[in-house]
Amino acid sequence: MGEFGGFAGVSRLIKFIHKYGAPKRFYRLAGRLVPWFAGVTALLFVVGLYLGLYWAPPDYQQGDAYRIMFVHVPNAWMSMMAYVIMASFAATGYIWNVRLADMLAKATAPLGASFTLTALVTGSLWGKPMWGTWWVWDARLTSELILFFLYVGYMALQASIDDPRRAAHASAILAIVGVVNIPIIHYSVYWWHTLHQPASLTLTSQPKIYITMLIPLIVMSFAFMFFYFTMLLVRVRSEILVREQRTDWVRKLVGSKQ
Amino acid sequence: MKGGLLSAMAAVFTRELLVFWRRSTEVMTALVFFVIVTTLFPLAVGPERHELMLMAPGVLWVAALLATTLSLNHLFASDYQDGSLEQLLVSPYPLSALVFAKIAAHWVLTGLPLALLSPLLAVQMALPTKAIGTLVGSLLLGTPILSLIGAVPAALTLGVRGGGVLVSLLVLPLYTPVLIFGAEAVAASAGQGFASVAHLSLLGAFLAVVVSFAPWASSAALRVSLD
Amino acid sequence: MTFSQFLAMGGFAFYVWSAYGFAAFVVLVNTVQPIIHSRKVWRTLRRDLDRAEEEE
Repeated sequence: MGEFGGFAGVSRLIKFIHKYGAPKRFYRLAGRLVPWFAGVTALLFVVGLYLGLYWAPPDYQQGDAYRIMFVHVPNAWMSMMAYVIMASFAATGYIWNVRLADMLAKATAPLGASFTLTALVTGSLWGKPMWGTWWVWDARLTSELILFFLYVGYMALQASIDDPRRAAHASAILAIVGVVNIPIIHYSVYWWHTLHQPASLTLTSQPKIYITMLIPLIVMSFAFMFFYFTMLLVRVRSEILVREQRTDWVRKLVGSKQ
Repeated sequence: MKGGLLSAMAAVFTRELLVFWRRSTEVMTALVFFVIVTTLFPLAVGPERHELMLMAPGVLWVAALLATTLSLNHLFASDYQDGSLEQLLVSPYPLSALVFAKIAAHWVLTGLPLALLSPLLAVQMALPTKAIGTLVGSLLLGTPILSLIGAVPAALTLGVRGGGVLVSLLVLPLYTPVLIFGAEAVAASAGQGFASVAHLSLLGAFLAVVVSFAPWASSAALRVSLD
Repeated sequence: MTFSQFLAMGGFAFYVWSAYGFAAFVVLVNTVQPIIHSRKVWRTLRRDLDRAEEEE
C-alpha cells in the first residue's frame, strides 16, 4: 500500500510538472508574475539599502567597511543557491525530458555567474581595507572563484552546441557532475586554507553578528533572491518564444501583437 | 553473462592499448609535456635548491594535471570519428562498464607512465628523497581520478567546435580537490613526514566516489553526444 | 549625522561605495540585457511571421 501510494505520488508529481511545465501555460503565468516580483524586489532593495547603509550602526572593529557584507554575503549565498537550482532544473529536464526545466536551467546560469562575480569583486573590495591587499587566498573567495569557473564552463558548453536539445542535456550532465563535486571542492579548499593560515581571519567570522547586522543582511538576501526570480522569469519568457517559435500559439501571439 | 561482460570489458581494454600503441606519439605528447613543463620552472625561477624544493610538490602536480588534460582529447575523439564509438553504444553490455574499461586503458597509457616518470623529475626539482614515495603514491591514486572525471567533459564535447580548449575549461575546476590533496600530501612528507597519510586517504576516498560515479556520467554524456 | 558624514562612510567611502556601485551595476546590466534581448526576439519573430505571410 505504502509503495503503491509512493508510486502514485511520483506519477502525480510528473503529471503536475508536465501540466504546469507546458511552455505556453508558463509563459502566461510568468508574464503575470513578473510585475509583482519586480515590485517586491524594488521594495526589498530600498528597505535593505536604508537599513544596511544608514540604520545599522558601524561595527566597533571594522567601522563602516563591514557594510560591504550586505552586498557580499547575499551574493555569495545566491551564487551557491543558483548553482544548486540550476543543477536541479537541468536534472529535471534531462531525466523527465521537461523542456521548460531545460530553459530555466539555461536562464539561471548567467544570473548565477553574475552573483559569483559580484561576490568576488565586493569580497576583494572588503578585503583591501581589512587585509591590506586586494586579493587574499581566503577560503570563501577561492571557492567562489572556482564556482565562477564552473559557471563559465557551463555557459561555454551551452553556447558551443547548436542543437538546443543536445546543448541542454550535455550541460545538464556537466551541472550534475558539478553539483556532486562542489561539496568536495568546497571542503578541500577550506581544508587547504586551514593548513596554510591557521590563525587568519575570515571575512564574516570576524565581526560578531549582532541583530542590527542580521536584519539588513536578511532583507538584502531576500532582495537579491527576488531579483533572481524576477529576471529568471523575464529571461525564460524570451527563451520560450525562441524555442517555441514554430508552434501555433507563438504565431498567434506574435500576430495578435502586430 | 557475468563472464561475458568481463571479457567484453577486457576486449575493449586491450583494443584501446593496441590502438594507442599504434599512435604512440599521442601517448608520448603528454609525457613530454610533463617533462618540459617541470624543466621550464627552474629556468624561470632560478636554480636555488631550497626554493625549488618548496615549489616542487605544486609544480609536479600542476604539470601532471595539465599533461592529463592535454591527453583527454584522445580519449573518445578518434573512436568518434571512425564510428567505433557507436558500436559500443549498441553493444548488449552496459555502456558504463565498457566506458570504464576505456578510461582504465587511458590511465594505463597516461597516468601510470606519469607516476613512474615522476621520481626523475622530482630529483630535478630538488624534492627530498623521503618525499618521492609519497609523490609516486599520490600520483598513482590521483591520476585515475583525473582520467575518470576528465572522461565526462571529453564525452560532452565530442564533435563540438573548439572542443579541445573547452575540455580544459570544463575539467580544471573539477580537478581542484585532486590538486589540493595530492600536492599537500607530497608537501607534508617533504616537511614533517607523517601528515601525508591523511591526504592520501582523502585522495583514496575521492577516488572511490569518482569510480562509482564517473563511468555512469560519461556514458550518459556519450549517449547525449551521439544521439 | 550629516549627509557628508554619511557619504564618507567613516573613511571607507571608496571601498563601500565601489562595492555597492559594482553590485548596482551588475543588477542594472542583468535587468537591461534581458529586456533588450526580449525586444530583439519579438522583432525577429514578427519579421519571420510577416515573411511567412507574404509567401502565402
